[in-house]
Amino acid sequence: MAKAMERLGNWFTERAPGLMPLYRAHMTEYYAPKNFNLWYYFGSLAILVLVNQIVTGIFLTMNYKTSALEAFNSVEYIMRDVEWGWLIRYMHSTGASLFFVVVFLHMFRGIMYGSFKRPRELVWILGMLIFLVLMAEAFMGYVLPWGNMSFWGAKVIISLFGTIPYIGHSLVEWIMGDFLPADATLNRFFALHVIALPIVLLLLVVLHIAALHEVGSNNPDGVDVKHGPKGNRWDANAPADGIPFHPYYTVKDLVGVGFFLIIAAFIIFFAPTFGGWFLEHDNFTPANNLVTPSHIKPSWYFTPFYAILRMIPSFFGTAIWGVLGMFGAILLLALLPWIDRGEVRSVRYRGLGFRIALAVLVISFLALGLVGAGVTAEVIPEWFPHADVTTWENAFGRVMVLGYFGFFIFLWVYTHFGFEKTKPVPERVTTHD
Amino acid sequence: MTKRYFSLIALAFGLLVGSLSAWASEGGEELAPAGTNVSDKASLQRGAKLFFNYCVGCHSLKYVRYSRMASDLGLSEDEVMNNLNFTGAKFGEPVISHMPAEGAKTWFGKEPPDLSLEARAKGVDWIYNYLNSFYLDPTRPVGWNNTVFPNASMPNPLWELQGLQTAVHSEASPGHDATIEKLELSQPGRLTPEEFRGATRDLTAFLEYAAEPAALERQSVGVWVLLFLAGFTFLAYLLKHEYWKDVH
Repeated sequence: MAKAMERLGNWFTERAPGLMPLYRAHMTEYYAPKNFNLWYYFGSLAILVLVNQIVTGIFLTMNYKTSALEAFNSVEYIMRDVEWGWLIRYMHSTGASLFFVVVFLHMFRGIMYGSFKRPRELVWILGMLIFLVLMAEAFMGYVLPWGNMSFWGAKVIISLFGTIPYIGHSLVEWIMGDFLPADATLNRFFALHVIALPIVLLLLVVLHIAALHEVGSNNPDGVDVKHGPKGNRWDANAPADGIPFHPYYTVKDLVGVGFFLIIAAFIIFFAPTFGGWFLEHDNFTPANNLVTPSHIKPSWYFTPFYAILRMIPSFFGTAIWGVLGMFGAILLLALLPWIDRGEVRSVRYRGLGFRIALAVLVISFLALGLVGAGVTAEVIPEWFPHADVTTWENAFGRVMVLGYFGFFIFLWVYTHFGFEKTKPVPERVTTHD
Repeated sequence: MTKRYFSLIALAFGLLVGSLSAWASEGGEELAPAGTNVSDKASLQRGAKLFFNYCVGCHSLKYVRYSRMASDLGLSEDEVMNNLNFTGAKFGEPVISHMPAEGAKTWFGKEPPDLSLEARAKGVDWIYNYLNSFYLDPTRPVGWNNTVFPNASMPNPLWELQGLQTAVHSEASPGHDATIEKLELSQPGRLTPEEFRGATRDLTAFLEYAAEPAALERQSVGVWVLLFLAGFTFLAYLLKHEYWKDVH
């Protein structure tokens, strides 16, 4: 048996000499720092969710009908008449939301431990591109069930392009292929959602990992294990504080996968709409251009950016500032490696100012999410019955917009002019022998 | 360290689910909880009986097939075809009302909506409260109004069960219009108020089932999936522990 396996292996190696070296370079001889903590599960979990979306997506497309007349019915057909169709759809819809949960945590990890800094700028930029494509992918997927929130969400989001001077209105018609989101819009979104964007996404993920493995993984201490002492049990030239990705991190990630799947299964089987956050009430009504839902809001994962759009007022006779602010919020994240000039990577050894600024970023991001989801508009009249809701919501939301953008301005000033008082960074990871 | 992280995350997750679902279900006006239980087959059967006696004249359940409903509710083909199917539809066909769309528009001002997904679009609490909140209002074309859905086009379909409710208004004062304080039963129906609440709860449960037939199945499957995953995670943990013995 073992001999047969060896012969099979040799057969492949003779014909594809690049395969084994590739496997070694990225799995058994990729030396990752041994001090990864909880925050390092989310990269592999993102891949797991991506695979889940592709596999469940394939089965959904077998029964989904791409037509404004049939789309809504076909989704209910999947929910009722297709064997295990409800499970496949809930795995896909829950997966979409959990994708963003995982990616947000993954990005936060990168900011907290300075993983975006030299020499990993390219890894970070590729990651931001993944995030952008993921948002487009999620938005178009949300339109496909052709519920009433799909329709109105699409209308509002596509209308954003109408704020661009001169070409805006023609651009909106060009995107929709009609004067309203309609059959043409649904068909092109389907094409982009199931073919174009997934291919781009997969390519970017491969590049993201390839770029990472070129420079090596960061870690919670932010020290470069590649620059530390050499020699471990497996290789005299490998970093002393590195361990082979396979089997060490593959078995460790398996534990993360287990915990993650327990949470995912709980949602899928016991709370698939997640109280109206993952599948909204208004999307169980078919698309209707004559009936506007009482609150048009995007899916929860867009709400922080949507709130930035809503909170920035129009002036000089154009509403484009909000749109610029929304895209600027993402662009600033992508520019982080050049905004943050600090030499120290990890929050463990950075100055107090950075810790406070990071907390402000998280709080304002979450608060903007509540504003964008319409939570503040409902909570304010309950807590303060006599307050003017719009005034107070705007005041609260704008402070949070300042908090979000303030993080980047503060960080540049703080690090560029040398205000940051860092702690000494250890030579090696703190858990070495 | 890791244990502390896990318990923190579990706690945060629990708080998040609790507070967000509490917020999402509030949705503005105060609604009494419907208290439905879709796994109670007897309740679903009573609800189906009410639906096919009082609702199907106008409202369809176009995504619900008689045959599927029979097997989910534990009814035989004969029981469904003789007692619930009044339209002459075949056993494998969906529940479609015989009301002509054009006629409905003339009689009620709008077409009665399909109710297949009503429980998911509006929520079960909304349906339960709506069914209990009809009152006589001579100013409306059909003589009925509703406090949960003001100026609804539908007259109270269950009036012979509930009886007639009238609104008790508060005193109007300068700057404040009279508002409805409560609804009073001015003429009792065939059921006591307690029985009527139970009947509307059954009807709501049936609509909840109709909106998501998979709800019956998914929770029982989910328990096994979670048990499997708990075992899987435990084994994965042991495996990790074994492999990481020599990493210090």
